Amino acid sequence: MWGQAWRYLLNHPDKILQWTLQHLYIIIVANVCAVVLGVLIGIYISGKGRERIAETVIYFASIMMTVPSLALYGILMGILSSLALPSIGFLPVVIALTLYGLLPIIRNTYTAIREVDPAMIEAGRGMGMRELQILTKVKLPLAVPVIMAGLRQAVVMNIGIAAIGAYIGAGGLGQPIFRGIANWRPDLIVVGATFVSLLAIISDLLMGGLEWLTTPKGVRIRRKS
Amino acid sequence: MIRLDHVGKTFSDGTEAVKDLSMEINEGEFCVLLGPSGCGKTTTMKMINRLISLTSGKICVDGVDIYNLDQNELRMGIGYAIQNIGLFPHLTVWQNIATVPMLKKWPKTKQHERAEELLELVGMEPDTFIDRYPSELSGGQQQRIGVARCLGADPPILLMDEPFGAIDPITRAKLQDEFLKIQAKIKKTIAFVTHDINEAIKMGDRIALMRAGELVQFSDPSTLLSSPKDEFVRDFVGADSVLKGLRLLRAKDVMQPPPLTVEVHENPMLVKARMEKDRIGWAMLTEDEGHFLGWVSCDDLQESKSIRDTATPPTVTGTPDTPLNEALSKMFDSAIGNLAILDNGERLVGVLSFEIIRDVLGQSVSEAKVEPCGEEQ
Repeated sequence: MWGQAWRYLLNHPDKILQWTLQHLYIIIVANVCAVVLGVLIGIYISGKGRERIAETVIYFASIMMTVPSLALYGILMGILSSLALPSIGFLPVVIALTLYGLLPIIRNTYTAIREVDPAMIEAGRGMGMRELQILTKVKLPLAVPVIMAGLRQAVVMNIGIAAIGAYIGAGGLGQPIFRGIANWRPDLIVVGATFVSLLAIISDLLMGGLEWLTTPKGVRIRRKS
Repeated sequence: MIRLDHVGKTFSDGTEAVKDLSMEINEGEFCVLLGPSGCGKTTTMKMINRLISLTSGKICVDGVDIYNLDQNELRMGIGYAIQNIGLFPHLTVWQNIATVPMLKKWPKTKQHERAEELLELVGMEPDTFIDRYPSELSGGQQQRIGVARCLGADPPILLMDEPFGAIDPITRAKLQDEFLKIQAKIKKTIAFVTHDINEAIKMGDRIALMRAGELVQFSDPSTLLSSPKDEFVRDFVGADSVLKGLRLLRAKDVMQPPPLTVEVHENPMLVKARMEKDRIGWAMLTEDEGHFLGWVSCDDLQESKSIRDTATPPTVTGTPDTPLNEALSKMFDSAIGNLAILDNGERLVGVLSFEIIRDVLGQSVSEAKVEPCGEEQ
């Protein structure tokens, strides 16, 4: 089985590259959407007096995570077709992955902003910072590394879920897996699974580096000591 | 000048934090808002830069109603320092200090220069500290940066909420002394919140003592100590108000000239004869016109020894600016019981003795005793 998989790899690198790129493309689009939406929602619900809204939003995002991906694809197919949008392929998969990625990003944005030392916010406000300046100059710089940690979680998780997107025709590394199951070609399953794992591991490392890079130097020093 | 005119604040939960408070803080005056926790002192201070809105009354800064000004412009013109400092950990020391200049969009080079200037002012070496991060500083150093930051754009008014509260007593005393020196130079109008009566007495030109949202007594520290308006003030000031009063006086205010100074080259037996004649137990030995060497006891003087060899060198000395409470505790440390007061050049300018301190205490005790009679009228 491993030998077969290895031979397949040597004979069809072009196909594997194509699936990997498709997979990556889906992940990147979905997680960019998730991070934009998630950060905006996170900022909104971290506002003063929005604790109830925050609880509700995070609760629904958590429930979202428990919906099996196949079922979610099915639900999205129904909604999209009633809106006369493409109900299979790229679009429903990207939407589903965006929804899955929201929870860690919203939760981390919310927590990070909430945990900024109130003394800093008071000092900023007392010195004449506008609320937007407090957000962009104080809260967000301190929250970015935590948000990045959320994004990292979202990306790694979505790389696995995206494989199932092949079932509804989105392509990617799920394709050899499904084809392998249907035609009893263990080598294809191994190739697909290995590359999904590799992609997840490499992304995790890269995102970890990004997390470190976005941590302000003054905060990094504090962590060391 | 800051004027509070029948100012009141009722919070949304119904708490009446400040009730009908009127007071004026003069230009260049160091005004301390003092009181137990929950008395409304911080609320009062925060109403001046509109961090807390007024329920009633009016606050004017230099004659202008603060609600006629843009909120953020107002705040940029008022320095603000708080107990928890709230330095921004992701910004360097100079970026922290230049927060308000940055908000005011000063050119970068000017911001940097200003930060250097202020580091110098608060006694921190600019070259060493300017590019550090807050997490690389000690608590006392962070507090200094907090003070430097509130002076960022050279505002005429400072609001300070227990700025030296969260540090150890030794560093606190040092920062207080340094800040008084800075204030003597920069002469800002200051509203300074504290619950520490000792800090209030040490720092304030005037002290506004508050209780349950009301201004109880607003007077200079010595009046507060010697003539407390009522039982509450008396309790707050404490039973040791007379001792506290000592810190209001400095050595130069009460010191006396040395009863006898002798020079090293004088003949010991002639000196001894003079001391015995005038019944002086201790003489003060100097050389080169006033450089203090030590105490000479009449009994120790011998013909065979030079005066210098019989003198007791001073273990502690004071300066003309030493507060009397410090001077008193130094006197307990001094073998002689007296304290030589030397100016910066180490020249002998006077002496403090227990008798002098006792006379000073006696005066403030009698002042304090006069007051209750007046109150009963």
